[in-house]
Amino acid sequence: MTPKTTLFIVFTFMTGWLRAQTVISGTVKDTRGHPVRGASITIKDSYDGATVDSTGAFRFKTTETGPHTLTITNIGYFPVEQPINPSGEAITLHIAMKEQLSELKAVTITAGSFTAGDAKRGAVLSSLDVATTAGSNADITAALKTLPGAQQVGESEGLFVRGGAGYEAKQYIDGTLVNNPYFSSVPDIASRGRFSPFLFKGTVFSTGGYSALYGQALSSVVLLESIDLPEKSEIDASISPIIVGLGTQQLAKNKKSSYGFSYNYVNVGLYFKAVKQVPDYYKMPQFHNGDANFRIRTKNGGMIKYYTTFAYSDLGLRRQDVDTLNAKNAFGITNHNWYNNLSWREYLNNGWKMDLGASFSTNLDNLGQQVQDAHNQLKTFPDSVFWMNFKTFAVDQRQELSQIKAVFDKKLGGISSIRFGGEYWYAYNYQHYRTQQYNIDSTYKFRDHYNAVFAESDIFLTNELAAKLGVRFEHSSVIRRSDLAPRVSLAYRTAPDAQVSLAYGIFYQKPENSQLFYTTNVGFTKATHYIVNYQKMSKDRIFRVEAYYKKYEDLIKTVPVSYNYSIYNNSGSGYAKGVELFWRDKKTIKDFDYWISYSFLDTKRNYLNYTEQLVPNFAAKHTASIVTKKFFTKIKSGFNLTYSYATGRPYYNFRLAGGPKFDLAQQGKTKSYQALNFSAEYVPTIGNPKARTFVVLFASVSNLLGYNAVYGYNFSYSGQYKQPITPPANRFYFIGCFLSWGVDRSQDAINNNL
Amino acid sequence: MRKTLFALTLLASLAVSAQSDKYTQMMQKNISLLDSAKSIDELQSLAGTFDRIGDAEKTKWLPYYYAALAQTWVGWNPATKDKDGNSAKINAYLAKAEAIEKNAELYAVENMSATQQMLVDPQSRWMTYGKTAGEALQKGLQADPNNPRLYYLQGMSLFGTPPQFGGGKDKAKPLFEKSVSLYKSAHPEPLAPTWGQKQAEDMLAQCN
Repeated sequence: MTPKTTLFIVFTFMTGWLRAQTVISGTVKDTRGHPVRGASITIKDSYDGATVDSTGAFRFKTTETGPHTLTITNIGYFPVEQPINPSGEAITLHIAMKEQLSELKAVTITAGSFTAGDAKRGAVLSSLDVATTAGSNADITAALKTLPGAQQVGESEGLFVRGGAGYEAKQYIDGTLVNNPYFSSVPDIASRGRFSPFLFKGTVFSTGGYSALYGQALSSVVLLESIDLPEKSEIDASISPIIVGLGTQQLAKNKKSSYGFSYNYVNVGLYFKAVKQVPDYYKMPQFHNGDANFRIRTKNGGMIKYYTTFAYSDLGLRRQDVDTLNAKNAFGITNHNWYNNLSWREYLNNGWKMDLGASFSTNLDNLGQQVQDAHNQLKTFPDSVFWMNFKTFAVDQRQELSQIKAVFDKKLGGISSIRFGGEYWYAYNYQHYRTQQYNIDSTYKFRDHYNAVFAESDIFLTNELAAKLGVRFEHSSVIRRSDLAPRVSLAYRTAPDAQVSLAYGIFYQKPENSQLFYTTNVGFTKATHYIVNYQKMSKDRIFRVEAYYKKYEDLIKTVPVSYNYSIYNNSGSGYAKGVELFWRDKKTIKDFDYWISYSFLDTKRNYLNYTEQLVPNFAAKHTASIVTKKFFTKIKSGFNLTYSYATGRPYYNFRLAGGPKFDLAQQGKTKSYQALNFSAEYVPTIGNPKARTFVVLFASVSNLLGYNAVYGYNFSYSGQYKQPITPPANRFYFIGCFLSWGVDRSQDAINNNL
Repeated sequence: MRKTLFALTLLASLAVSAQSDKYTQMMQKNISLLDSAKSIDELQSLAGTFDRIGDAEKTKWLPYYYAALAQTWVGWNPATKDKDGNSAKINAYLAKAEAIEKNAELYAVENMSATQQMLVDPQSRWMTYGKTAGEALQKGLQADPNNPRLYYLQGMSLFGTPPQFGGGKDKAKPLFEKSVSLYKSAHPEPLAPTWGQKQAEDMLAQCN
């Protein structure tokens, strides 16, 4: 035998010996016994291993012998290491893998809250949905009214949520409260919100049970999160018979900062000439709005954002007086509003996050009313009908609010986290009231230092079970009161796409400015929420059902002193309970998107001048909306229809009886409310990447069928006449053209990154 | 003594070549299995096998590339419901490969991974995943302007976009033509990716 043949034999023998195979088999399951399909099993530093099949089983052969480490890995699970010692005898293993907690997989608490946003998980509506909901005309509040929980109140702005009055719902931008979120309004005519939906990347509409980070709202908060850096630099223009506007956003070349400003002018003069309004507008409503912003991305991925807006508006109108056919009430209002918001979000070391916010706003209304005769001249009355003379008055009022807020957030192992912080508000409110006839000239003012500290923790026990525990301590200097508000919510996932959430919380709110001018010896009003929610959500469909009970305590009651002077106390109370349904479906009919909301509300309260617990005049028992949207790609156009319905609301005439106290002189119920709204958009440049000019043509008609809405009644002094409260016109038409010229830097960015 | 030494040296060198032969053999065997694999379990298992080869070899990007590719074929299967979860796996394999080498083939897989996530909800995901997919193609073409798979994928993207949005057969056709001609003139190295020629030819036929 040559050495070579010897070697050959040795080598063959060795290989044969190496090939002494061990069969390794078994199962890989998660802690609840479900198979972990696709998990990879490997003998470390060898090619040998297997992948777990759909039943959770695996099986492979190895020629390795001696002590080795078997590793079992799968994305989303903690890796497992298992020592083995293959020696030819079959090895059977049963391995349990523990799922990692992941923000993407973890359940989110949905009780009481609707999330709208583009990148948000669990979003019910996107920002574009807000703009394209027929009847909203890009007003955030109007779009939110198509969701369950909100009332179809047309005579006053604000969100009337679950038996709560409009002032019980508050808006927050980037964490700080907005003092005057709506344009100043005329009695019995609702006004729009000041902020465009396109300023925000995310909107949360909470109808109750919200986080301890927010306070001073008994029934609802709307949390608006402004966009970070814009996608690209652009110039925008809008042209319509009602509004002209021009603005720009400039994104720095390195995409780390941006700035922008815009201006628009609204004048409805031309429109009111073409479309007859019931009131006689002697000063055509006009608005000047300007805004500016800058945004900076910091080194660690944080954001500094500043936004400011200035608005001026002026209008005057005459309406028929309710007491005498020979007189008209001429009401005029001029408003100046300046709003500033500065926020800084920063990611610090060791899982800490910091959110700082500061805001300052000042709002000045100069308003007045005059009773006028047929020639539009001031009309005065004898003292026997003194109440007519009180209808001629002038008021100057100013509200200023400065705020700072800090929230610190710390990630605890995994995805659980704690956050805590505080806020301080300094409010200055001033009112100057005058009536010529009786030489009344009174000035009211107060300052309030409001402090709050809060702490909250998000606890994820598994990906299926989450809890949020929070508490808020508040103190208001003007009423010299403090309170402690606990908040708790839980979510449990019952199926991959279904979950149950519970929420409980106590909410406090200061009395309104108009009450604090007269009485500061009052305490916080209080509401306690109990909410249970079930949600089933897939990519194209959402089904939600929510039931709640809300208890109102310490509501403000009016104690009349004389005809035009009252003081206030906290002796009011009430409740609200109801069930709400929401269904959205983008799947059943191709390219057709619709949602249906239904709210059942049972509520009563004794507050202000109510003589006992009554259904408030803003509450309808049944409210429903159907929102539909269809986009036709072929003609690059979208058509949207919204139908809203609400059963009639009660109305009351509370008269000042001798005493002085209020009597319920008359009550009734309005007819039911309905409206069919339509809007359409035409986007000729959609999908054309070469288009330099992006064009959107938009048209809308609200109340297409011309249904005569009656929101309630105003009563004459005698109580013998009542005047329906109706919108200024049956229908509202809008047509506009929106243009933008974009400078797309995405190509530059790609080239720079290479 | 000399003989023994010689024998030992020979044995050692044989063992080394056996090891690298084992890599080539294993890769060839599994690449051909990948070419014929259909079921999710088969593809999933192959992704795991390639990943193990990559982990054992430590310096080779190709095993991770094939692991990502196998996982991508899992993603194209309509029975795979959790596209985001599947893309997370693809992207994890890609990250391992890219730690060793960045190249056009990896960008091609990145494009498919992002496209699969975009298709979950094109309307709302177009701005995010659609952008990532487009950027991956651009980066790939910068790295290798003659990669036939990138032109095929670019063609697929345009083919699937409605004409109103700047896509359509007419726009896709020249890209498929370019892809097919590049496939015909390509001389891939051993173990290098070769997939896509038949698909590109089929798509070109559909454009006519």
